[in-house]
Amino acid sequence: MSLHAFTSVAQVRNALGGQNYLADEGLATAVFLALSLKRPLLLEGEAGVGKTELAKVIAAMTGGELIRLQCYEGIDASQAVYDWDYSRQLLHLRAAEASGEAKSKDTSLLESELYNERFLIKRALLRAIDNRTTPAVLLIDEIDRADDEFEAYLLEILSDFQITVPELGTFSATTPPIVVLTSNRTRDVHDALKRRCLYHWVEHPNFEREVAIVRLRVPQIAESLARQVAAAVEAMRGLNLYKPPGVAETIDWATALGQLGILELDETSVAATLGTVLKYREDHERVRETGIADLVKQAFDRGLSHN
Amino acid sequence: MHIAGSSADEMAVSFARVLRGAGISVPIDSVITFVQALDVVSMTKRNDVYWAGRATLVHRPEDQQLFDRAFAVFWEHHNATDTDEDGPPQKITLLLDDEDGQDKNKDDDANNADDDNQTMQLRFTANESLRNKDFANYTDEELHESQKLMHQLRLAGPPRQSLRLTHAKRSGSRHDLRRTVRASLAFGGESARLHWRKPSERQRRLVVLLDISGSMEPYARALLRFMHAAVVGRQRVEAFTFGTRLTRLTKELSSRDPDRALTRAAAQVPDWSGGTRLGESLRRFNATWGVRGMARGAIVVVLSDGWDRGDPEVLAEQMQRLQRVAFRVVWVNPLKVTPGYAPLARGMAAALPFVDDFVEGHSIQALEHLTRVISRD
Repeated sequence: MSLHAFTSVAQVRNALGGQNYLADEGLATAVFLALSLKRPLLLEGEAGVGKTELAKVIAAMTGGELIRLQCYEGIDASQAVYDWDYSRQLLHLRAAEASGEAKSKDTSLLESELYNERFLIKRALLRAIDNRTTPAVLLIDEIDRADDEFEAYLLEILSDFQITVPELGTFSATTPPIVVLTSNRTRDVHDALKRRCLYHWVEHPNFEREVAIVRLRVPQIAESLARQVAAAVEAMRGLNLYKPPGVAETIDWATALGQLGILELDETSVAATLGTVLKYREDHERVRETGIADLVKQAFDRGLSHN
Repeated sequence: MHIAGSSADEMAVSFARVLRGAGISVPIDSVITFVQALDVVSMTKRNDVYWAGRATLVHRPEDQQLFDRAFAVFWEHHNATDTDEDGPPQKITLLLDDEDGQDKNKDDDANNADDDNQTMQLRFTANESLRNKDFANYTDEELHESQKLMHQLRLAGPPRQSLRLTHAKRSGSRHDLRRTVRASLAFGGESARLHWRKPSERQRRLVVLLDISGSMEPYARALLRFMHAAVVGRQRVEAFTFGTRLTRLTKELSSRDPDRALTRAAAQVPDWSGGTRLGESLRRFNATWGVRGMARGAIVVVLSDGWDRGDPEVLAEQMQRLQRVAFRVVWVNPLKVTPGYAPLARGMAAALPFVDDFVEGHSIQALEHLTRVISRD
């Protein structure tokens, strides 16, 4: 199994890097521990710091199937675990009726036909514990949006990777999935769930790492521009904005600048592309008030100082 | 290098104890996970031990700083002075010395500048410099009485449609195929009766923000009890206090025992009866909790007299932002009942345009009125 391939934090870090994901030491340690202790990993942090991306990268890195469960308010077992294909069940019933079979069979036989695995629709959680050779990567995205009840249910599944379908029996995982949960922290995840998980708070990357990320993800732009972009974003994060830009926005911005064939930041190009980094009108205003010229100058200085 | 089980255990357990002393909640299973983690990371590096601790023992970003300080005191203190002692600490110490000498020195300097280890516990009470009034031990009969009355207040609030479907008696909404299939079995496969579902209703979240600055002092104690009654009396309530900073009290107030809840709350709030920075506190609330989801579609109740030392423009801007995501913003001002009251306090005047309901909050009766305002559709 590919999990055994990792014997140190450095290896995990390199493997993540091989998938174009630059993790810092803390995150790499958390991933390494999650893989070796077989514990779910709970990631919290600002939107756009790469929490969801990490699960995708772990899947690519381990070769496991990525199964994503997007949480939302009101999500329940029929959307997260399993459901029956009622239309096909009804069709089956009609067919049995039409052929006269229904009358000759007793109800319990008909029932067992109906609640058969072929009418079962497996949703994310049930699929995640399917038998397979390489463990799947189960991404439970934005758990804070789901209700408490759902969280309690999840806790049960995450502790023994077993799901009981009353009509069929118990499914259990021979190869438990690698579980990554993310939360934007709109509310606190229950303590019991947190206790099951390893925890990591994902920060905005520091300047040099952000430059490296941009270089890796947007190879078409020059290093000098990548440094300026990272520096400008770093400066924006200090402006008390409604929504400080995340790494995702930095990458978008760099890509946009690359598309436009811009070689160096200047006031015009920043003003024209600001919408890729800042998504609130008030944030645009604040940046304008602070002065785009200043921002550009700061970005230039910062970009050069480390060269 | 492999560390004998018992010594790693001991280290982990005593470190957990230090963390608890620092105010971080560390359940025993986290300690076990920490021990397991120490077993798989290479114990030869300070950073591996540090990050293993972070991943297993810390569950809230707020605790990170405390953890860092506890880590420095616990692991690096041993490192600094106890090198001649026998026993488990030494093992780790030596390893740290080998691998991470540079780091060690840096942290030692920080330690010396700070304090020595004798007062380890004291150092964690970060609140010392801020005013922290002990209101937990007082006996005020009226306040006790009021508590009962407050617990009788029912804070319902208009419900909203949930995505979750529930069984419906009347036709017209959506087919409930699950029930229909189930029921048809009883008739040998004949779909004799159609079943229906409709969206269920959910309570809206209620967010209570209590101003605990100096000018609110006469009211804050009673209103904190009101807040406690709200948290235990209803589902989906979030409670915060603000003065010079913002403190989330939902957890502390969730104990049914009022004395316990209030004691815990008092211990948690660092800026009791301090100054007010309404706008700044609201900005923090919006940025870290509100706009991200907590206040969306919620009823937000602000309990404050509107005295603000900060910039009223900041307050106006943040109120506007809050009102844009909230279902309703209710401002409760205990001073409103004063004859001839006009919202002249700068903060109050700035906030008012973005308030849906402006009500009194000086008595139980006023709070009863507040519950009616909240419950109104």
